[in-house]
Amino acid sequence: MSRGTLYDKVWDRHTVTTLPNGQNQLFVGLHLIHEVTSPQAFGMLRERDIEVARPDLTHATVDHIVPTADQSRPLGDDAAEEMMSELERNVREAGIEFDDPTTGNQGIVHVIGPEQGLTQPGMTIVCGDSHTSTHGAFGALAFGIGTSQIRDVLATQTIAMEKQRVRQIRVTGELEEHVGAKDIILTIIRELGTDGGVGHVYEYAGEAIEALDMEGRMSICNMSIEGGARAGYVNPDETTYEWLRDTEAFADTSDHEDDPERFEELKPYWESIKSDDDAEYDDVVEIDGSAIEPSVTWGTTPGQVVGVTEPIPDPAELPEAKRETARRAQEHMRVEPGETMNGYEIDVAFLGSCTNARLSDLRAAASFVEGRTVHPDVRAMVVPGSQRVKAAAEAEGLDQVFTDAGFDWRSAGCSMCLGMNEDQLEGDEASASSSNRNFVGRQGSKDGRTVLMSPVMVVAAAVTGEVTDVRTLSEVTVA
Amino acid sequence: MSDNDADAASVPSIDRVSGAGIPVRGNDIDTDQIIPARFMKVVTFDGLGEFAFFDKRFDDQDNQKEHPFNERRFQDASVLVVNANFGCGSSREHAPQALMRWGIDAIVGESFAEIFAGNCLALGIPTVTADEETVTELQTVIGDHPDTEITVNVEAETVAYENEADDRTVDVAVDPAQRTALVDGIWDTTALMKSNAQATEATAADLPYVQ
Ligand code: SF4
Repeated sequence: MSRGTLYDKVWDRHTVTTLPNGQNQLFVGLHLIHEVTSPQAFGMLRERDIEVARPDLTHATVDHIVPTADQSRPLGDDAAEEMMSELERNVREAGIEFDDPTTGNQGIVHVIGPEQGLTQPGMTIVCGDSHTSTHGAFGALAFGIGTSQIRDVLATQTIAMEKQRVRQIRVTGELEEHVGAKDIILTIIRELGTDGGVGHVYEYAGEAIEALDMEGRMSICNMSIEGGARAGYVNPDETTYEWLRDTEAFADTSDHEDDPERFEELKPYWESIKSDDDAEYDDVVEIDGSAIEPSVTWGTTPGQVVGVTEPIPDPAELPEAKRETARRAQEHMRVEPGETMNGYEIDVAFLGSCTNARLSDLRAAASFVEGRTVHPDVRAMVVPGSQRVKAAAEAEGLDQVFTDAGFDWRSAGCSMCLGMNEDQLEGDEASASSSNRNFVGRQGSKDGRTVLMSPVMVVAAAVTGEVTDVRTLSEVTVA
Repeated sequence: MSDNDADAASVPSIDRVSGAGIPVRGNDIDTDQIIPARFMKVVTFDGLGEFAFFDKRFDDQDNQKEHPFNERRFQDASVLVVNANFGCGSSREHAPQALMRWGIDAIVGESFAEIFAGNCLALGIPTVTADEETVTELQTVIGDHPDTEITVNVEAETVAYENEADDRTVDVAVDPAQRTALVDGIWDTTALMKSNAQATEATAADLPYVQ
């Protein structure tokens, strides 16, 4: 059993009581909601005549179904419009703050929480969305929940849960140039498996993690769920505090003069919930960060990963339990064992999603775009994670860099990460994607093929028309 | 008195469910059959009842097919009687929601998929099991006498059925955790946790970031 970890401390501070069924009742500090998973829960509340307990601790956005081109109302897709209107009605009736697209604050739920300073260390954060784990980057305990749990949280601001085990993952050493957070998490999932984290919460630590900016830590925590863990976190440090100081929750603005004081008030709490130096973990895994290559998926699960110059494994040489899925995945992706992914032709480049569509992702990507153009056979799009990210990128002229090169510059939303709006793969198109899931059908076409990679690798693929080792990009002749 | 007791009565104890029965025969009936995926792009569970078993009840032209859920004589039923591995497939909560909204309050079967049974419990729907022979017999009795009054006794782990020809009680099994939750009235986490409102406030008051 773990002891003295951030998880233990935040768990204890938020425990209301032990329920008769043995689960803990846990107080929820922040409940984020969006249009897809919340309406049924509001419906159940209405049926039972129960009011939302803490609208002040609930925050809404719209992300999955919003079109990224024409957002005029009513939305073109009737089902999308209905979901949007239903969310509007629910937040209005309950008095919940809603970042709709007219506010300039709308975006993917896991992007807007951190950028507004809603996400803070030592909080419990839940949302009816599995990638809620993203918020763990701030040292919060954050996890996705199902419909009846959303109802519980709306009604009581608490949730019934069993305690999980805590695994520390230490990523040691210094990363090679052009290797980043996405490559780390893809490598972790490759090593530990897509079910390796079941029953666990991941604590990410070690020099390579500490050296990452907040965006990088978010990319890692985001994909904890692809590794089977319900939540992942990084202990808060100066990097965390610097980010928080710049958000409107704590920045010294004329209408919020008390906020820097509030920062100082809360800091002792944030410090107190960090894992102790002598904390005990259920287990500890070490990964050599300096050995990580730019990584990509070759198959149809986020654990089927290789370094870009490494041969694709032969299913026959994999553990028995993994062979059949590997064979099927290779058939679907049309790759052969022994080949590398370097040179795999792509049709679509998607730079977006809650994994990699924040300002620093776009900056890094843009630095590789300058002076290059999108390959003529590729449709490439950039979908910023939020309206604020979009505005900030435009203020720096990044939109110009992308559009000059032939990328489509879109409005904020989940977009082609899951193809619930009109942004979808067609037929058997192959996509170089900065998102988090490469399941068959994920990007809107059942024959579509998804290769997951970092934002800079997406750019490299976009300009060459094939999966390309970003480290060699300067040597590549571009179309 | 702890605030735990104050409101405890708000979760009803479900020690028995009585009503007319409806048999749906076949093993491995999955959640896709119970509620086809296309009915999930909706904003409430409200109207789901009419889509229960939709593709089994209607053909592509919306003509009725033969299915117990279409038969007039079963329209008032509240006890569903099924065979083995009922509710397998996806974890969608829409499946028990659709059955509940159609009118089902309890299910008797040979066996149930675990997640499905869990989802039923969250709605206060008992899923009790019996051997193949007992279940088939019950299905036959209901088919012959739709007006049979069935009582699923969760606490005693029995099913009693009574009509002009029969008056019998058979043993069934109820998962112990489910039985405790239903009988003790702790199956509804919302109501259960709501009854701890005071303790919740105290926990929140102790958190520096909650204002
Ligand atoms: S961007 Fe993708 S993974 Fe993230 S919340 Fe949206 S759909 Fe889910």
